[in-house]
Formats: sequence, C-alpha cells, structure tokens
Amino acid sequence: MSVFSKERYGFLARSEILGLLALAALIVVVVPLSLDIFRLNLVGKYLTYAFVAIGLVLCWGFGGILSLGQGIFFGLGGYCMAMFLKLEASSVENTKIQSTPGIPDFMDWNQLTSLPWFWQPFKSLPLTLIAVVAVPAVFAFVIGTAMFKRRVGGVYFAIITQAVAAILTILIIGQQGFTGGINGITDLRTLLGWDIRTDHAKYVLYFVNAALLMGVLVLGYFVRASKLGRILVAMRDKEDRVRFSGYSVASFKTFVFCLAAALAAVGGAMFTLQVGFMSPSFVGIVPSIEMVIYTAVGGRLSLIGAVYGTLLVNAAKTALSESFPQLWLLGLGGLFIAVVLAFPNGLAGIWGAWIAPWFARLTKSGSHGSAVANGSPAE
Amino acid sequence: MTTQPIGQGMAPDFLLEIENLTVSFDGFKAVNDLSLYVDKNEIRVIIGPNGAGKTTVLDLICGRTKATSGSIRFKGQELTRLSENKIVLAGVGRKFQTPSIYDDLTVFENLEISYPRGRTVFGALTFRRDAQVIERIEEIAEMIFLSDRLHERGEFLSHGQKQWLEIGMLLIQDPELLMLDEPVAGMSVTERVKTAELLNRIIKDRSVLVIEHDMKFVEDIAHRVTVLHQGKVLSEGSMERVQNDPKVIEVYLGH
Repeated sequence: MSVFSKERYGFLARSEILGLLALAALIVVVVPLSLDIFRLNLVGKYLTYAFVAIGLVLCWGFGGILSLGQGIFFGLGGYCMAMFLKLEASSVENTKIQSTPGIPDFMDWNQLTSLPWFWQPFKSLPLTLIAVVAVPAVFAFVIGTAMFKRRVGGVYFAIITQAVAAILTILIIGQQGFTGGINGITDLRTLLGWDIRTDHAKYVLYFVNAALLMGVLVLGYFVRASKLGRILVAMRDKEDRVRFSGYSVASFKTFVFCLAAALAAVGGAMFTLQVGFMSPSFVGIVPSIEMVIYTAVGGRLSLIGAVYGTLLVNAAKTALSESFPQLWLLGLGGLFIAVVLAFPNGLAGIWGAWIAPWFARLTKSGSHGSAVANGSPAE
Repeated sequence: MTTQPIGQGMAPDFLLEIENLTVSFDGFKAVNDLSLYVDKNEIRVIIGPNGAGKTTVLDLICGRTKATSGSIRFKGQELTRLSENKIVLAGVGRKFQTPSIYDDLTVFENLEISYPRGRTVFGALTFRRDAQVIERIEEIAEMIFLSDRLHERGEFLSHGQKQWLEIGMLLIQDPELLMLDEPVAGMSVTERVKTAELLNRIIKDRSVLVIEHDMKFVEDIAHRVTVLHQGKVLSEGSMERVQNDPKVIEVYLGH
C-alpha cells in the first residue's frame, strides 16, 4: 500500500495533478493570451473534439472497446443543442416572411406546417441540457446492450459502430424537413437572448468549454482510479476471468461505452455553441475515425495525452489543409499508421519514455517513475 | 432448501447434483447423459483420457457452455439457466487450465478484483480500498507465496507464480465449490510440491472438483475419483477401487 499512498492525493497522483495544472495553464492562460479571437475560437473548436478523445481513452484505451462511431454521439449532442438554438432563432418575429412563421426555416422550405413532436422538448433549455447527455447515452445503451449481451466485440463491434454512423448520416441527410438535411442546422443566434456570435460570447464560451474539459478530465481520472477502472483493464486482458470472478462483463462494457458517448455529446454541444452550426459532416464515418486518430496520437492510455493529441492533429490539419488541401487526408492516414507502428502509446508514450526521465534528471527531484504514471498503470 | 425435484427422493445433502447432463456440439456428444454428485467438503478428482469431456463438465457447471439437456443443481439451485457471473455469486469458483490473470495489473490489484464486494458497476465505482480489504489481500498473498511481489505487474510473474495467483484470486472469492483444471500442469518439481501443499490447505472446508493427470497428486488429495470416458462416467469410487477396475485399466491407466 505504501507504494500507492506516498504520492496520492485522493484519487490523483502528484504527477497527474501537475499534468492537469500544466494543461489548465496552457488552455486557460497561455492560449487566450497569445491568440486572436478567430484563432482562439478555432482552438475552442478543437477542444470540443478532446471530449470525444477522452471518452475514447476510457472506452478504447482502458476498456479495449474500439468504437469507430463516436461521431454519432458528438453529433447527437451537437444536434440537441442546435435544435434549442434554432427554435430560439425561429421566433414568430424572425420568421414572419415564412408561410408558417415560428418554425425553423428549413422546415418551412420543406412544406412542414407545424413543429414535429420530437422538436417540442427543445423549447426548454433545462430539457435540452438533459437531452444533450441523455439522448446519446440512451442510444449508446441500446447499441451497447444489444452488442455486448451477445458478446459482439473487437473488430465486429467497431464495424457495427461505423455502420450506425453511416446510417445516422444518411437518415439526417434524407430527413431534410426534420433535420435540415446536408446543410445541417445553421444560422444559430442567441442563447436565452444572449448573442453567441459576438467576440465577447466567443471568449466566454471558450472558457466555459475549457472549464468543462478540465472537469471531464478529473472525472476521467476518478473513473480510472476506481476499481471500475481496473476492471476495464482486466476485461481488456482476460474477459473470461472477469466474468468468472462474478462480474457482468456486458454491464461494465455498456457503462463505459455510455460514458464515452455522454462525454462526446458534451463536446458536440459545446461545438454547436462555439461554431454556430451543426451538420451531418460531424456525424459520419470520416470524423469518427479522425477522432480515434486524435486519441491514438495522444496515446490511447493517457487521458491528458488525448487532449494534446487532439490539439496537435487539428493544428496540423488546419496548417496543412490551408496550404495543401489535397494532401491532408493522406497525411492524416500516414500519421495514424506511423503512430501505431512507431509509437503505440502516442505522445504520452514519448513523454513517459523520453521527456519525463530527462526532466527528472534535470530537476533531480528523484521521483523517477512517477511521471510514467501519466501513461497509466495499464500501458 | 425445499426445491427438491420430484423423484429425487433421497440424497438431499449433496452440494452439487449433476443429472443426465448432455451437451452436443454439432451432433458430437462431448458429455453424454452424465450424472455426478459431489458432497459437502468432498474433494473429487476427475480423470480420464484426452477428449473424455473433463474440461467440458467444468465449463457446463460454470456456465461457459450451455447444456443441451439435463440439470446441474448447486445447493438446490438450478445452474444451467444462470449467467456465468450469477453462478459465481451462487458460490462456484473456477480456475482455468492455463493461468488466467491480468498481466497489466499488479498482484494486489489482481486479488482486489476478485474480492467479493463491489461487483456491480456502481459498486465498483464507489469501492474503497479499506483496511479490511488490504488485510485480506495481504493474508492471501502470504498463503500463495507472493507477499514480496504484491506491487509487481502480473506479466512479470513466472508460470508457477501465475498459477498461484489465480488460485489466490479464487480463494479471496471464497467459493463453496472450487473447480480446478490441472492446477499443477507445467510446473517445476519444487513449484509442484509447494502447490500441492497450497491446495491441501485451501481445499479445507469446501468442496473441490479437480481435473488432474498427475496420479501421485491425485492419490494425495482425492477423497473420491471419477473416471470419464467418451463423455460418460466409466468408474467412480476410491482411488484404490478405480485403479483396480478392469474397465479403467483397459481405457486409461493401462496405456
């Protein structure tokens, strides 16, 4: 026990607290001070993907459940928020030129004359906030229960999540009158009367997003440090042994899949708020796979690495796609292969193996090995 | 227990009652109309040639394989319809043939996962590693000769130590029926001696079902021996009786 207690404060190790503080300093102080509002908003957008990446660390890194469909949940969260904002933007006043005033413009264009029933709850902000988390979590629960109870796992599960992502995209695009189709839900303006398009609002939303992200990270560390976190790792190793130690493996898998879905959805909702629209291009196969790449680059066993991986890949994406738009996808694919082959533990692995020991030697703090904990006990 | 089936009549005191158990894989009957009764605190060894259905019987009891027909009752409770984890909660523990431990977790964490508390999702989230848990884990680690390796990751243990760890994981679970599949296979001579001593200690006060090929070991521990052949019971009784049974000599011991 002494090995554990020496450096732990509650469920966090000292190196983890330092890591969290460093990240907080970066995204709350350094980035806002050094970037203009356009770039800051862009970083805010990247950070919404980090919610998905953190969920993937829990689900894929620790639990061994690879989901190639996290875009589903990111999108569902984003759409829930967008539906609320759209209804607020579609007041009778704003839409008086439509043939049916008071409903979203795309519904009017598609000859709808009243608000569909499933849009009704999104008139209320509290119900919307509940739906942002509950809708994706329930959807994940249905998929998870159906798959895990039947012992579908590994590659088959990954393929099924991809299929669901594809189906959902097709459904959203096809049901134009209800969803806004391929354009998504656009022209979002205010949140309870507060204009989200101003620079000031973008600053505020950036900080709300950053605070939520830190909260989610702490939650992630709590889960990892709990016995549930160790059961996830155990399940990844020897599923049968866990089952024959009296655990319902399907329940644990479903739980972590739902948790990852709920985290992705929070990111999606923050995306909608900061970027001002939501569209099916964030739901489908390609974005879902990109999100897995962020996690892989950051290190799939490191919660905090997931945030850095997301930032790094997205910064590279923006830089490269601004100058070489055609090359970007190839570059992304190449990066994924390179990371998996050369650095299976991603940035966190590089940190643990090279940089942290060098730091330790530099500061002569003598607490070698503690920094490796960044890469989790389960690398 | 008032769940005595009609026609059962006698023998209300068996811990485990297997009756007319059959499982067929694509027509091949790995276990064929098998009946077996294990008493409280009895150590029963199952022997038999390869493919006799020994491991399949354990798989059926612990729910890994579903029976085609027949029944398995444990303390009067029908197991064939329960899921694997419910069977564990009923009091049945199983050790696999190859050591099955968690390589990425420490010895301490391996044992902790088997500690019988916090087995639901929310139980696991709120599980606290209190003094009682630590004390119990240290006590078990002492028994399985791993006290000084508590904080070592599972993958760094030797084969024999992995077997001991898995036995320890079962012990901490404290099952009423313990099933061991070749617990001394692949061990060095010294490890084997230590394991036999360990098993002799842990099988006290519980029923044990062991599959083993090592006849010396079987002789040491068995109260009764069941010989399986082609999915059926060929002979049953004391080691001496079984060894002198001409049918057994014919199919198994004679070769």
